[in-house]
Amino acid sequence: MGSRGIKDQVAIVGMGCTRFGEHFDRSIDDMIIEAAHSAYDSAGISQDDVDAFWFGTLSSGTSGLTISKPLKIDYKPVTRVENMCASGSEAFRNAAYAVASGAFDVVMAIGAEKLKDNGMSGLVGASTADDGTKTSVTAPASFSLLAPAYGEKYGVDRETMKEVMTRIAWKNHFNGARNPRAQFQKEVSKEKIANAPKVAGDLGIFDCSGVSDGSAAAILCRAEDAHKYTDNPLYIKALAFTSGPGAGPLDPDYDYTTFNEVSRCAADAYEQAGITDARNQIAMAEVHDCFTPTELVLMEDLQFSKRGEGWQDVMDGTFDLDGELPVNPDGGLKSFGHPIGASGLRMLYECWLQLRKEAPEDRQILSVEKGKTLGLTHNLGGRPGECVSFASVVGSELG
Amino acid sequence: MTQSTGRLRRGILGYGTHVPYYRLQRSSISAALGSGGGKGTRAVASYDEDATSMAVEAARGALRSFDAPIPAAVYFSSVTPPYLDKTNANAVHAALNYPGDVFAGDMVGSVRSTTAALTAALNDRRAVLVTAADVRTGRPGSGDEASLGDAGVAVMIGSDDDAPVIAEWVGGASATGEFLDRWRQPNWNYSRVWEERFGESVYKRLVTEAANDAFKATELSAADIDKVIITGLHGRAVRGAAGAAGVGEVPAAADLTASIGNTGSGHGLLALANELDQAAPDQLLMLVSLADGCDVTIFRTTDAIADYVPDNPVAEQVAGGNDGLDYAKFLTWRGFLDREPPRRPDPDAPAGPPAQRNVAWKFGFVGSRDRSSGAVHLPPQRVSVKGGAVDEMEMVPMADVEAVVTTYTIDHLAFSPSPPTIAVVVDFDGGGRFTSQLTDADPDEVEIGMRVRMTFRRMLTADGVHNYFWKATPVR
Repeated sequence: MGSRGIKDQVAIVGMGCTRFGEHFDRSIDDMIIEAAHSAYDSAGISQDDVDAFWFGTLSSGTSGLTISKPLKIDYKPVTRVENMCASGSEAFRNAAYAVASGAFDVVMAIGAEKLKDNGMSGLVGASTADDGTKTSVTAPASFSLLAPAYGEKYGVDRETMKEVMTRIAWKNHFNGARNPRAQFQKEVSKEKIANAPKVAGDLGIFDCSGVSDGSAAAILCRAEDAHKYTDNPLYIKALAFTSGPGAGPLDPDYDYTTFNEVSRCAADAYEQAGITDARNQIAMAEVHDCFTPTELVLMEDLQFSKRGEGWQDVMDGTFDLDGELPVNPDGGLKSFGHPIGASGLRMLYECWLQLRKEAPEDRQILSVEKGKTLGLTHNLGGRPGECVSFASVVGSELG
Repeated sequence: MTQSTGRLRRGILGYGTHVPYYRLQRSSISAALGSGGGKGTRAVASYDEDATSMAVEAARGALRSFDAPIPAAVYFSSVTPPYLDKTNANAVHAALNYPGDVFAGDMVGSVRSTTAALTAALNDRRAVLVTAADVRTGRPGSGDEASLGDAGVAVMIGSDDDAPVIAEWVGGASATGEFLDRWRQPNWNYSRVWEERFGESVYKRLVTEAANDAFKATELSAADIDKVIITGLHGRAVRGAAGAAGVGEVPAAADLTASIGNTGSGHGLLALANELDQAAPDQLLMLVSLADGCDVTIFRTTDAIADYVPDNPVAEQVAGGNDGLDYAKFLTWRGFLDREPPRRPDPDAPAGPPAQRNVAWKFGFVGSRDRSSGAVHLPPQRVSVKGGAVDEMEMVPMADVEAVVTTYTIDHLAFSPSPPTIAVVVDFDGGGRFTSQLTDADPDEVEIGMRVRMTFRRMLTADGVHNYFWKATPVR
């Protein structure tokens, strides 16, 4: 791996996160203002203390002006980044590098997306002039390709696959029911999940993340300055990103049971962080559960489960809130919906709460009590076989 | 129009047909409307088919059946051309990967257009590919709706120096008359017809004239003919035509209308193809076409027909249809029912420049193969996915290569005139992968390992632009 990493060089000293949902009464500006000022307040600073900004959004604006106008940023550098569903994480990654380089003392990473104003079902991508030969496969359909391929490869029958998918949705809704910022704050019975109308393949409505509006932000500074702002900073242990050749749709060797981009990205992140046994060393993971089969495959790509055993670990409750390695303790994309640019920083916000023991009591994970200090966040953008992947590891202790 | 002597034999070198997969039971019309319909079934072009795509499929069937020469010209005939102003034959030309020096032209608008194309081809000296296809519609409850059908046909005409002639053109004759039989404004999706006894009387005279002239010109008589193929959209006139032509004693060819309907401008050639599928050498086949006149064309099968193996015989396609199509879906496909669309953006039309740059891919399904690793790329790539070699590619036509389903999904959210769509990831025999729509298939029959072949389809129409490309379909 060519990445050196910036382990323990940069700290997160404040965060903000709006409630996610159908904010028909609020604009993208309203959400940006709330997330940014919550983050400033959390770090005990004012906007004037921030030297530079990184803003992630897929389609809710272009350029730094999207945040500098509503926030009235006073002639400072604002970088707008886009990397599909990892756009928020990409803002965080680049902001962290700017601090590590010494270019700035205090920076903000912020992500926001306003999806509910267009009146469409599901996510609407930008269209580019093309030759009309791309097969039109919606996001749920392209991720649903994972399920039959996984079942075929590992001998898991269709009914069991559906049970596994259902359990993932059930678990994330269980967690989201304990989160006042989630779009959906109700538990959903397995029966209701399993019997919901089909969207694509064996994916019902509850196997898909929702569509929502939201924003989240983080304040970063050099690790040695962290205690100027908070007694409980988080330290960045690893930042990894991969964008692949898009070989999946071209190469018959790809079997639709893994994201090569994610396994490479995870390996890089673990090497940067010095993690050798992810399942045991990590306290919690926030992963990109855009659709339930995605979360299943991610358990293997992120090395939480052995190949072909992820489905069994899911059924055993390994990734439940009170399980061995809680995954998406905040409820995930399932409960939050997926305002693209905001999601990565929303995941980081859960690490911020959990690793600092500030999560609500009914959601606080036990692994932190037991002394584990590391959290992982993960996004992917694109589709099986051709995606971008982000992974970060943050921790509440240096070293 | 007698063939001049002293030349090479001229006639049919090869042929192919496309009968769409779906059938509408005529009884479903009366069940819904309380009238109309009848017995049997009619062939229905799927929502993603049109006259051009069916002409392409028919032509591909022809080219798979014999060692076909590159023709000098491609003609496209249809009463329902997908475009006006723009030449429809160019899409056929492109789908067959023909070089630029092959002429492509349309003869469209009337049922007699196919006779025009055939006559031009026979009177040419070069190899000419004639394609014909109609999507036949009629107002709900009308006779046309029930009795007509959709299909495509292609015939390669040439001389013995192009390829062995399997059915020699012996000669024929035409009779033309201006009278009001059947008509349609260019923006109508149905036809009007005059009271039928009037047309019957005019056709009777025209048929007699044309048949007499044809026998005179060819020095043949009715007793020489082995089979007569009489087609036309005027049912009553067609039924009386054998008598009018003096061939009442000659065995009549199967007219196929009970199972697929009368398929319009190409129906005569389709019925001829069905006869050629089964014909022995040295048989005289007389094609009589009633459309604003009468055209008689006589062919004699040659010894070469014994070696001709049709890729997809008409009888198999006729028998292989799926008659489970419901009437509401049929009406929706043809635009007679304006259904609520999904709450999704309207699809985009393909853009001109990228479609032109990628014409071999888009219309011909031509990929690229990396010479160093052998990896096949769909769509073609410049940098190899195996090993990263740059610009080591050769073009590789993949349209006739079969593939197998690796994984699949049923997409209820994707825009489609006939949801849900089926998406399949398919791996081609010998290498190459593509994510495709699966068409002419039931969602319940899809499975990993299913074998598929590629078929040329109209993916959608946006801004008046028909987006032609390829889909997978089950090998049946």
